Amino acid sequence: MNLLNISGSPHVHSDESTKKIMWRVNMALIPALLVAIAYFGISALLISVISVLSCMLFQWLIEKYILKVPSTVCDGSAIVTGLLLAFNVPATASMMWIVVIGALVAIGVGKMAFGGLGKNPFNPALVGRVFLLISFPVQMTTWPDISKVQFFGLDTVTGPTPLGMLKERGAEALDNLPEVWDMFLGGIGGSFGEVSALAILLGTAFLLWKKVISWHIPVAFIGTAAIFSCILWLVNPIHVEAVDGVNQLVGYIDPLTTILTGGIMLGACFMATDMVTSPMAKSGQLIFGVGCGLLTVIIRTWGAYPEGVSFAILLMNSVTPLINRWCKPQRFAC
Amino acid sequence: MKTFKMGGVHPEENKISNDAAIEVMPVPAQMVVLMNQHLGAPATPIVQKGDKVKVGQLIGEAQAFMCANVHSPVSGTVLKVEPCKDAFGLAKPAVYINVEGDEWMETIDRTPDIKRECTLEPKQIVDKLKEMGIVGLGGATFPAHIKYNVPEGKKAEYLIINAAECEPYLTSDYRVMMEHAEEVCIGVSILRKALGVPNAYIGIESNKPQAIAKMQDMAKQFEGIVVEPLKVKYPQGAEKQLINAVTGRKVPSGKLPIDVGCVVSNLGTAFAVYEAIQKNKPLIENILTVTGKKLPSQHNCLVRIGTTYNDIIKHTIGVLPATTGKVISGGTMMGKAVVNLDAPTVKGNSSVLVMDENEARRNPETACIRCGKCMHACPMGLEPYMFSVLVKNNRIEEAKEHNILDCIECGCCFFSCPANKPLTDEIRLGKNKVRAMMAAKK
Repeated sequence: MNLLNISGSPHVHSDESTKKIMWRVNMALIPALLVAIAYFGISALLISVISVLSCMLFQWLIEKYILKVPSTVCDGSAIVTGLLLAFNVPATASMMWIVVIGALVAIGVGKMAFGGLGKNPFNPALVGRVFLLISFPVQMTTWPDISKVQFFGLDTVTGPTPLGMLKERGAEALDNLPEVWDMFLGGIGGSFGEVSALAILLGTAFLLWKKVISWHIPVAFIGTAAIFSCILWLVNPIHVEAVDGVNQLVGYIDPLTTILTGGIMLGACFMATDMVTSPMAKSGQLIFGVGCGLLTVIIRTWGAYPEGVSFAILLMNSVTPLINRWCKPQRFAC
Repeated sequence: MKTFKMGGVHPEENKISNDAAIEVMPVPAQMVVLMNQHLGAPATPIVQKGDKVKVGQLIGEAQAFMCANVHSPVSGTVLKVEPCKDAFGLAKPAVYINVEGDEWMETIDRTPDIKRECTLEPKQIVDKLKEMGIVGLGGATFPAHIKYNVPEGKKAEYLIINAAECEPYLTSDYRVMMEHAEEVCIGVSILRKALGVPNAYIGIESNKPQAIAKMQDMAKQFEGIVVEPLKVKYPQGAEKQLINAVTGRKVPSGKLPIDVGCVVSNLGTAFAVYEAIQKNKPLIENILTVTGKKLPSQHNCLVRIGTTYNDIIKHTIGVLPATTGKVISGGTMMGKAVVNLDAPTVKGNSSVLVMDENEARRNPETACIRCGKCMHACPMGLEPYMFSVLVKNNRIEEAKEHNILDCIECGCCFFSCPANKPLTDEIRLGKNKVRAMMAAKK
């Protein structure tokens, strides 16, 4: 007679695992990657592969030689970080080595320095991205012109992003803005993973279906950004006005352009929803999303940078422990 | 369809023994009757070595307040009165009986006739429940005579019969409904009379449509019995959750169901009440589900309480499969893993669940990713991940402040944790530490 196992109840498990969650996120990022390759050519794929491999390598090295713990590279979280980091950079040749530095900062500083997965207060990919933005301001804001991209070509002709044009306030920017349909499909300048709202929404629908994320953060984030920018736009819609004899853009952009340009879609659906760095209670997630939306529009409108999604999410990451403290689940019968 | 409002999970139902009719298991050659088969103090043995006993004879008397009578499930000679290890390895006072024949007490009505009329007054019903050693058969084995003796100043408004059977695998309540619907309804009517409430509600999860139909049909012949189909969600059968599902009321922390005017009993208890009140039969038999995915056959058995796990296994499936990993008494969510298969079964046991090695294996624990799934699954609105951290760091005072004692140990947190953290184990440890701390302060 063999011995029986004993343990406390429950004796069954839902079979959910961290690994499954991370792989579902990776799968959800595939549509955005495919669109990026279609618009920006092979360089988008190369940058993604380099970024993912560097993230995995750095995590493996740090776990093996510094932390001396069993490797968790296989759980897929380093791949998520690698993909998201890559998605947040322009598809240019210089990014192929710069993204390696970003990966080191994302994994090393953003994640492993705090003890690894689950203990990092900030989204690692965004830590890496912001580090690159501050350290390599020129390369990080040199965008390929998608109308001149050759599929296998690594040389790029630079072009503007919608938000960049608007920030410079040139009078011609309004006419050069892409069509709403292009912004939705992805035919605009920008970091290569964030351009297509459609691809991102497809991935998000998958995550919602698989219950990896809930609707609270994306809806609160995008909704707040839309409402806030709508109020500004209603007060003073964007138009050309002569200031000191020079034609300039004055006023605020419309809500649709606000949410379809820059990183709001990618940020709201994939980075703000990072479980580790966002609040746990649904009420807290709503507060978190609203905060991200407000900060994004504030930074875009009055800040020095044309885009504010990364900073907004990182700022809200920093108050997540506070939100968790305020937003407790409703106790039974209380 | 009604259900409880907060949290909950939906484990694989695995009701594979649904269609196995209740079979009567033969009486084993030797019987060990534990004196501690209920919540509270053990009963005091009133027989000695060499005494002859009959089936249904009182052998353990309830002398403490929180206690229940224990009757002999067999006839024969008392071998000895000494402690015996129970299924979980704890020594309990017990009476060993050498079985001789099957001679029942004359008072017990063994005819198959169904007796509907009950002329007893509420007080007499409660006294008889005590005499017959009836306890709650949902798992907590709370003595019925205490539950149905509503204290001064409190008033019962609802009688709720728990037939949710939300635990995976278990089918004994289902079989009782299918085969003894009338007796159950009579039992429910008796309990309703004891409490003096206008309506009794029988809560059944909607994954048992045949039982719902059968009970609804039968309930039409009785006054004040309402069958309430419930949405399938675990832990529907937990007392506070069931009250919430059926009445919308919520039992506050540290309070009892009677504080919100509710009394909850298990369906099996209602059946036992029928037999005790109408047939004078003490609680000496149990209906157990013998089930498991890898077993050659599935069973629902009527066994004498005190039959050992090994005897039941031998009679139903012969031997345990070689790949058996765990044997569980109860369901997969709240059942207890059996340590000692030579131990006797007791009142309130509902199954012998045999789990395969692979099914019984726990996946390795990984880091918490703060996904909050434990929190969203918790039917009590607690924060299991927080207890895990607090208990590990021995921050017992804080665990108490975060209401760790509200936990009903349903296992939803551990079930849904993607990091496989044994949250329920840690909370159980924490609750014990909190209770020890509170006891030390007194």
